[in-house]
Amino acid sequence: MSYVAVKGGSAAIRAAHRLVRKRMRGDPDAPEITPRQICEQMHLGVDRVMAEASLYDVDLAARAMLQAQGDMIEAIFLLRAYRATLTRFLDSTPLAMDAMRVQRRISAAFKDLPGGQQLGQTYDYSHRLFGYFDRLETASEVESGKAEVPPEPMTSVMGLLEKEGLMEPAAACEPSAENTQQDITQHPLLFPASRAQRLQSLARGDEGFLLSMAYSTQRGYGQNHPFIAELRMGDVTVEITPPELGFSIGIGTITVTECQMINQFQAKSPEEAAFSRGYGLVFGHSERKAIAMALVDRALRAGELGEESLSPAQDEQFVLSHCDNVEATGFVEHLKLPHYVDFQSEIQTLRHLRKTAAKDGA
Amino acid sequence: MTIYYNFAYLDEGTKKKIRRTLLKAVAIPGHQIPFASREMPLPYGWGTGGIQVTAAVIGPEDILKVIDQGSDDTTNAVSIRSFFRSATGVRTTTLTREATLIQTRHRIPETPLHAGQILVYQVPMPEPLFKLEPRVSETIALHAMADYSLMYLKLYDQITRYGRIAIGYEYPVIVHDRYLTSPSPIPAYDVPKMHMSPALQLFGAGREKRLYAIPPYTRVIPLDFTDYPFDPVNTRQPCALCGAVESYKDEIVIDDAGNRQFICSDTDFCGQRR
Repeated sequence: MSYVAVKGGSAAIRAAHRLVRKRMRGDPDAPEITPRQICEQMHLGVDRVMAEASLYDVDLAARAMLQAQGDMIEAIFLLRAYRATLTRFLDSTPLAMDAMRVQRRISAAFKDLPGGQQLGQTYDYSHRLFGYFDRLETASEVESGKAEVPPEPMTSVMGLLEKEGLMEPAAACEPSAENTQQDITQHPLLFPASRAQRLQSLARGDEGFLLSMAYSTQRGYGQNHPFIAELRMGDVTVEITPPELGFSIGIGTITVTECQMINQFQAKSPEEAAFSRGYGLVFGHSERKAIAMALVDRALRAGELGEESLSPAQDEQFVLSHCDNVEATGFVEHLKLPHYVDFQSEIQTLRHLRKTAAKDGA
Repeated sequence: MTIYYNFAYLDEGTKKKIRRTLLKAVAIPGHQIPFASREMPLPYGWGTGGIQVTAAVIGPEDILKVIDQGSDDTTNAVSIRSFFRSATGVRTTTLTREATLIQTRHRIPETPLHAGQILVYQVPMPEPLFKLEPRVSETIALHAMADYSLMYLKLYDQITRYGRIAIGYEYPVIVHDRYLTSPSPIPAYDVPKMHMSPALQLFGAGREKRLYAIPPYTRVIPLDFTDYPFDPVNTRQPCALCGAVESYKDEIVIDDAGNRQFICSDTDFCGQRR
């Protein structure tokens, strides 16, 4: 009956936490996983935690996964809570995406293009059979056989379409000078949201939620006729410009995934008809999330582009208010907290109503 | 740990069930028949519907060709072909005329098909009306009443905006004078090849759990208006490799200046001409 003692239950809480600690370790005879192992062998999970916590720290994300016993949202929460304690000293300069050290780059719109299609590490064309990768030569053999190809510059596909006038210009969607200050961690999100605020919200939004929203647009709930112009994953340098220096300096390298989405053209006349764009950018290697983000970004531009907004994915208040899994899990799970007082008032009201009705009926 | 799989991966019971559904589909041309789609070892969206249809109809004597975007050597085609080679041991080919079974994504081969061949289409969205009415309960009623006014209105809307019907791919067709049907996202250019084809055309949508079919020598008519007839757009640029003018082309960006080259998307057709 320890739950009953919520008001004086410190002993119960201690006992509950001891149980967590015990279960977290599991059978002491099984070897313990180290954060390093998580970083090395479960790096896609680490990437997801960093992306949705919006904090790029591989080691802490791995520790969070262990402390959360593999519960990703709990791990994200832990890292997000830590993030809140960090001092913000400067904004970085915009990432130089053209200078990305690309590990993977594909275009679904063009069969070949300058810089080529670079498949990189992907499950895309593997078969989901147990042991499928065991048959392959080991990684070291791949390394030894790898020729260092001098990187050919990878022309931006969107740039090419822009040049021909087939793509709406990037400037149309670029954040204006005033809304670059609209950091959602510093200023609360208000509606209507700017594109900068929307992209920030989506970048830290729950992968599963964005995935389903994006999927709904592909099934007729929202207008979308997407083609991936370019999907890139690789390393970019983060630079800051300290005011006392006046020039930018690199402070580290992060891995990001970027998706540039071409969407169906639409306009009132053939002269104005041009493709529209959607954009996704995520910490780490997460193509699913970057693609979903680009689809949802485009769906949320319905109002701006004069489309009918009839579907959930086109409703910015619906999407942006519910995409954060730390917020969502908090409110959904808070139903476990005691609600004795509110429930008591409800039950009394209902009893009263029924009693009165019975009396009137008699 | 060794796991053994049946011929063509699926168990015989499942394959038989799919074949029964296909028989029904052939009996009602262009009508979507629900089926209990299975998880395949390739992801939804990669062609699980087509893969299940191929798995259900393939036999040891078949000669299989797999294309994606018209090409035998694109990553997904290579992957699906190698899957069937290891799951069945059947002979594979790139020659359209030699294949008994052709699985395709987004194209119909340029080389005319002949009687006895089966063309299996991978279909993402089997419902041709889904962009106009996403609720399946509604579209079923529209099909039952053969009420396709929504689609005619869409075409009309495009004519008023752009002066022409502006559907480049997945062009809606009427099969056997009855059902509005999605040809899958093939270019509009390919649609006339479906009309009165001597080959059996089977369509599989795995994620959406629907199968449909167009039997040999069936009327397949693109939706249009008498004064705005079906008129697909295709480049008049000759193929940079084989010089073909009439074939469907891929556009390839060859330099930073954005210069383009056009080559046949059907690699077998192009190779035969060189």
